[in-house]
Amino acid sequence: MYTKHDLQDTIVAIATPPGEGAIGIVRLSGGQALPIANALFHGKDLHTQPSHTLHYGTIRDQGRIVDEVIVGLFKAPRSYTGEDVVEFSCHGSQWILQRVVELCVAHGARLARPGEFTLRAFLNGRMDLTQAEAVADLIAAQSERAHELAIKQMRGGVSKEIQALREQLIHFASLIELELDFSEEDVEFADRQQLLELINRVRQLARQLMQTFRLGNAIKQGVNAVIAGRPNAGKSTLLNALLGEARAIVSDIAGTTRDTIEEVRNIRGIAFRFIDTAGIRDARDQIEAIGVQKTLEKIRQSNVLLYVFDAASLSANEVHADIERLCARDMELLAVMNKTDLVPQRRPADFASALLPGDRIVPVSAKDGQGLTLLEEKLYDLVIGGHVSFAHTIIANVRHYEALQRADEALAAVASGMADGIPTDLLALDIRRAITFLGEITGEVSVDDLLDNIFSNFCIGK
Amino acid sequence: MFPKYDVIVVGAGHSGCEAAVAAAHMGSKVLLVTMNMQTIAQMSCNPAMGGVAKGQIVREVDAMNGYSGIVTDHTMVQFRMLNRSKGPAMWSPRAQSDRMLFAAKWRQMLEAHSRIDFWQEMVTGLIVKGGRVRGVRTGLGLEIESDAVILTNGTFLNGIIHIGEKQFGGGRAGERAAKGITEQLIELGFEVGRMKTGTPPRIDGRSLNFEAMEVQPGDEQPGRFSYLDTPPLEKQLPCYITYTNPEVHQILRKGFDKSPMFTGRIQGLGPRYCPSIEDKVERFAQRERHQLFVEPEGWHTVEMYVNGFSSSLPEDVQYEALRKVPGFEQVKMFRPGYAIEYDFFPPTQLKATLETRLVKNLFFAGQINGTTGYEEAACQGLIAGINAHQAIHDRPPLVLRRSEAYIGVLIDDLVHKGTKEPYRMFTSRAEYRILLRQDNADLRLTPLVHELGMQGLDERMARVEEKRQAAEAIERFFRQTSVSPDQINGYLAQVGSAPLVQKVKLHSVLLRPHITMAALSEVLPHVADFLSQYKEEYCQLAEINMKYEGYIRREQEMVQKMNRLEEVPLPEQFDYKSLGALSAEAREKLSQLRPRTLGQASRISGVSPADISVLLVHLGR
Repeated sequence: MYTKHDLQDTIVAIATPPGEGAIGIVRLSGGQALPIANALFHGKDLHTQPSHTLHYGTIRDQGRIVDEVIVGLFKAPRSYTGEDVVEFSCHGSQWILQRVVELCVAHGARLARPGEFTLRAFLNGRMDLTQAEAVADLIAAQSERAHELAIKQMRGGVSKEIQALREQLIHFASLIELELDFSEEDVEFADRQQLLELINRVRQLARQLMQTFRLGNAIKQGVNAVIAGRPNAGKSTLLNALLGEARAIVSDIAGTTRDTIEEVRNIRGIAFRFIDTAGIRDARDQIEAIGVQKTLEKIRQSNVLLYVFDAASLSANEVHADIERLCARDMELLAVMNKTDLVPQRRPADFASALLPGDRIVPVSAKDGQGLTLLEEKLYDLVIGGHVSFAHTIIANVRHYEALQRADEALAAVASGMADGIPTDLLALDIRRAITFLGEITGEVSVDDLLDNIFSNFCIGK
Repeated sequence: MFPKYDVIVVGAGHSGCEAAVAAAHMGSKVLLVTMNMQTIAQMSCNPAMGGVAKGQIVREVDAMNGYSGIVTDHTMVQFRMLNRSKGPAMWSPRAQSDRMLFAAKWRQMLEAHSRIDFWQEMVTGLIVKGGRVRGVRTGLGLEIESDAVILTNGTFLNGIIHIGEKQFGGGRAGERAAKGITEQLIELGFEVGRMKTGTPPRIDGRSLNFEAMEVQPGDEQPGRFSYLDTPPLEKQLPCYITYTNPEVHQILRKGFDKSPMFTGRIQGLGPRYCPSIEDKVERFAQRERHQLFVEPEGWHTVEMYVNGFSSSLPEDVQYEALRKVPGFEQVKMFRPGYAIEYDFFPPTQLKATLETRLVKNLFFAGQINGTTGYEEAACQGLIAGINAHQAIHDRPPLVLRRSEAYIGVLIDDLVHKGTKEPYRMFTSRAEYRILLRQDNADLRLTPLVHELGMQGLDERMARVEEKRQAAEAIERFFRQTSVSPDQINGYLAQVGSAPLVQKVKLHSVLLRPHITMAALSEVLPHVADFLSQYKEEYCQLAEINMKYEGYIRREQEMVQKMNRLEEVPLPEQFDYKSLGALSAEAREKLSQLRPRTLGQASRISGVSPADISVLLVHLGR
């Protein structure tokens, strides 16, 4: 992937997103960053300027002014990459930015590869693996919560938690090892009950972190909420009401929505992807049949089912039958009791059952926007869940999750081994594996393919 | 007066003896130089070989045709397999030897080797020309030429013995210290340090009341160290266990103001895991008693060794305190315990072959590398002996991996991490404990040295092959042979294991906790019949392979994972200084230690995972 010489190159890339903007930034990093910048820049001699300063001047190409710019200087090692970094803030024309990059290349820089700035930051010890991964997340963050999560991870929140777990295990392991290596000497043996409690405590912590993964993932990836129900239940009206715009065509004719429509709505910092679907009924024609098929498929791919029913025309039994048919095991369910404007006397309790608890039924009039706030609150609570709060560290990275899972499996083997009375040295073996797995998360165990994997997930210039 | 030798070994302790034998086994002409021919292979401390982790090392030395195991087998007065109740990775052979017989047997075996010559004199210097060792200089002013030199000076380099406020030069009780070598090595650019170790008093067994102590007998069926057919142990001597008490501690404390440990006269760092009795009393003041092992020194002597009572307090304090130990009321001392300070050379100055980085073909082995223990010394001697031979013939060195042998762990730790206190092997130092068992050292290592060209391995190789095949055959039998409920449910009920409901393979019954091959063989005549054609050792291997298969596999997976780093070679001339991406400390350590693989680099203290990632990237991985 990278060769020896690559990392000694000075690299350059446009650091702002493509498209026109008021300003655009070109970033230069490496041993030659200052000389290259100095060669382009007309203003002060950058070599003599202190780090962390801004300078006004022009960039010239053979005497011709390309742009007026502000140059930011960040000298090694106190820079993002740990190398000398120069940032040109130019006017946001793609042509100008491109030209500045070309000039840098002409003076000896090389175009950066995806993620290379962060790779260098990692290699120079400016951040650990979880922090580097967080940078990728931060850049991709689409909602406030996702952003918050990435910031937390970047500041080392996850590493800290994992290290704490790891240290407890190392402590445990050392107790066991003491017993093994000094069995002939007069050592006091570790209290088995205490050891078991420690293992259980660590497992509990590991599992708490694992449980946050669903939330973390929801925050990072967004939540798929599929809107389903019988024809004419008001699904499209609900979608429009949630979005605050007429996105879907609505009519009184059952089966108006043939294809699915997806739109993203941010609710309190979490990106909900609402998917309006064709009504479920015995199809009248082939196109509709395909639509129904597609609805079922969409439901299977979603995290949340918003089942919409017409409170004026459906009986409790019909509602339950629908839910049984639609709701997959692994998903959260909210029943939207629509058209309450027509039947103000109906109450959620009229439709509640063991399958559908009353608090999962939200009375709404999609048409005049009644009950929407409550619906949004319920949706948010469903995803965040009562037991996980943002005060906790949240696992949002599948690599972390898998490592935790493997560590937990190894610890489960320790616990069951203790119950079976297997020899201590074999317990120690599984504890060590757990320690190794946890170490992989923070990069304390160096595994080369991890790097490839992590750094290929970056976008250029970041 | 002397021919030119291939290898000169300086020092004839456990390390020097193994070094001489290994080099000779490889085909080198060897001169063994020692200050005193009467003290070849002395057990300077306790008369025991092996123990937890150390026993595994002795087995490994034996598997590579070293003599420590054979000599121990011939001279032992007691054998115990420690940790029997734990998993097979922890089973550790330990033997008490007859101290005098041990030294005599070693000398006899060395003398039987036609390629080993002897010379009794103090070596005072090395002949070094052009960055390469050419031989040694002796106290008489002789120069003896060789292509390689192995230094195994133990505690003799500028040794100082402390007893209370007295101190005098010496390498061991009653023996002179060696001078000159350290000074020359410093001139050559070597870094030198000081370490300290100690030994307890020797006492008169006739003055002890054994009735007042616990008896610790040897195993009912004593095993042995060698994979060859050394003679079985017919009768054994017991050890005894007794304890100190507050009265003993009180007396010891009276001498603290005269202790060289506490008054600061001893500067060298001693082993934390083998503290002197005064250290134990001082540091663990809350403990009311400390365990003492009373070990016999041999068949024909009344001398005994008080393990756990290492001390450098004044002799009268030692004596008075001992008299308050149960069973020791009338004790007579033969000689007091003492502490000894000596020079060592921080082992990070060595390559993984044990050759010094500074002087070509000069090797260090044993205590001068900062280790403690006969076994640790012996195995380094063996590796240095092999590699000295290989080096002078430009053949590839033997560098054992951490996943191959405790010896690999030991040397890798020494040369890459260094050591601040005397280094002793523990099983916890090994990542792959279940692979490095005492029962499979021959399978792991004999073929390796055979491939290197070591001579005299025919019988060992034949046994390795036989053992491997036998274990496979036994395993096949267990996987193919069925057992029915009526054959075994009676037994299962006895041991509280769930009854069978239908015929199953023997293998699946064996996998149950607390079910052993021996027990199955007792209950099932056809199993006993089949197994009777195999040696017990072979059955044991098959049993371990089957019963612990899951663990062995998991550990092998870890090895593979880690070995990906072990297999990434680092060029010897790699310019770490030019890699700005490395931390300053890593740049310095890597330039100094020059690891051969990325795996070795990753274990150097001060080299972080990020540094390893930098190297990975630079190597184009």
